[in-house]
Amino acid sequence: MTRLLPRTLMAPAVAVLLCWMLAPLLMTIYFSLVDYNLTRPGSHPFAGLSNYLHFITSPDFLAALRNTLLFLAAVAAVTVIGGILLALLVNEPFFGRGLVRVLLISPFFVMPTVNALLWKHMMMNPVYGVLANLWTALGFTPIDWLTQWPLLSVTLMVSWQWLAFACLIFMTSLQSLDREQMEAARMDGASAVQRFWYLTLPHLARPVAVVVMIEMIFLLSVFAEIAITTGGGPGNASTNLTYLVYKQSLINFDVGAASAGALFAVIFANLVSIFLVRIVGKNLD
Amino acid sequence: MQPSSTLSFLRGTAAWLVALVLFFPLGWLFLTAFKTELQAISIPPVFVFEPVLENFSEVLQPRSHYLLFAKNSLITSLASTVIGLAIALPAAYSMAFFSTRHTRNILMWMLSTKMMPAVGALLPVYVLAKTIGMLDTLSALIIVFTLSNLPIMVWMLYASLKDIPREIFEAARMDGAGIWAEFRHVVLPLSLGGMASTGLLCLVLSWNEAFWSLNLTSANAGTLPALIATYSNPIGLFWAKLSAASLLAIAPILVFGWFSQKQLVQGMTFGAVK
Repeated sequence: MTRLLPRTLMAPAVAVLLCWMLAPLLMTIYFSLVDYNLTRPGSHPFAGLSNYLHFITSPDFLAALRNTLLFLAAVAAVTVIGGILLALLVNEPFFGRGLVRVLLISPFFVMPTVNALLWKHMMMNPVYGVLANLWTALGFTPIDWLTQWPLLSVTLMVSWQWLAFACLIFMTSLQSLDREQMEAARMDGASAVQRFWYLTLPHLARPVAVVVMIEMIFLLSVFAEIAITTGGGPGNASTNLTYLVYKQSLINFDVGAASAGALFAVIFANLVSIFLVRIVGKNLD
Repeated sequence: MQPSSTLSFLRGTAAWLVALVLFFPLGWLFLTAFKTELQAISIPPVFVFEPVLENFSEVLQPRSHYLLFAKNSLITSLASTVIGLAIALPAAYSMAFFSTRHTRNILMWMLSTKMMPAVGALLPVYVLAKTIGMLDTLSALIIVFTLSNLPIMVWMLYASLKDIPREIFEAARMDGAGIWAEFRHVVLPLSLGGMASTGLLCLVLSWNEAFWSLNLTSANAGTLPALIATYSNPIGLFWAKLSAASLLAIAPILVFGWFSQKQLVQGMTFGAVK
């Protein structure tokens, strides 16, 4: 009885998550091995590894891989460095600190489609956008952001949102920094830089790792910001892996190639998640 | 002025400046929502104007379907939160109080399912939903939202339940409480806080979810992120209306977010940052 009940309580959660993991995975593996296009009804003949070959050898794949990595690296760098600086800036009391914190974290709660359109239209529009007006006022020629710098534009709008997340995490983490230790270091003559380097930074090591890993997981799936601003273009200039798989799936209806691509995305995410699970796991002990 | 207070003044000013710059896009969205369409695209941009409420009444008109999408958002968020809590709470309870040598591995495995990129499941879910006629239905969205939030919910609830001191249970058991009575009169009241913050995070995530909403729905079951996406075509520049619709869509979550920063941090980082 004492063993049966806990298991029964756990069963629903385990069962549905097992289905959620296995069913799509097995279906994707199956799809990736057959010749299957949604526009052509009928049987799906076995296709061997041709879908994989087709997906990897297409020029879109290399571009998407490059864009994905560039995008991940850029957003992670901007948000971690910016987030630490911001968190340090608001760590000491000053007038209206609570309100500043609220302003800083707000972008994180904006839904992706609002974020995308806010930037696409009101900020980056080459004629009426705020940035275009700012550029004109400063004497520069306005930039058509989404056409001239598509990947940078998407990186900007996503970084804006995740900077708020990183800032929120680092602000929270800094509050658990040992004040007395900091004070002792100051008494012993440690400079601000030394205190930052030897006390603050080590304290932030784990939050930084967690932020980077969580961003990897969520940013690998960035979709709406691309779909409704640049549509992955011009050409494939702002297509990431997620958007490429989406294009193969629901625009080209090529289930086979899309599934091969989806498996790449899954493997990529798993490589990242191994590290995250390790870090988070330490917390359980 | 003492040097330290000068420094603190400078620091405060810098913080305010940076915060205002970073908040500017949202502030601009807010202002634009109260402009006329002409003011919204005026060059140079106007900062001072007489606010109008037309955009909101326009957006809330029946033919713009805003209310339908808002209702869908509300139903899918609430339903996935309630169903998620109902599945996650017993599991978290079981793992927190009857932990075995497998508990750790099960928690880790649950976490790892959250790591699956959504696009990895896109085609299977799309094909399944299409086959059984569930494309563009609220049920499909509720199922997907529940499943993708479930790992986070189990984790958050597990973390909050583990903090309840064991002595309370021993006292309850001494008094002859059965497992159901113990659950109802001890665990449930003590875990209300954890459940509230877990539910809050789940609401935020479901409300803002765009990937599945965009790909699994069209006219019937679309949620607010999908409605906002329809403003992406620049047929006429309806920025004021876009802003009003966006503002209505993000306002509840913004307010939620401001009041639940701590819980969100714990939830988003699986308890690794406190």
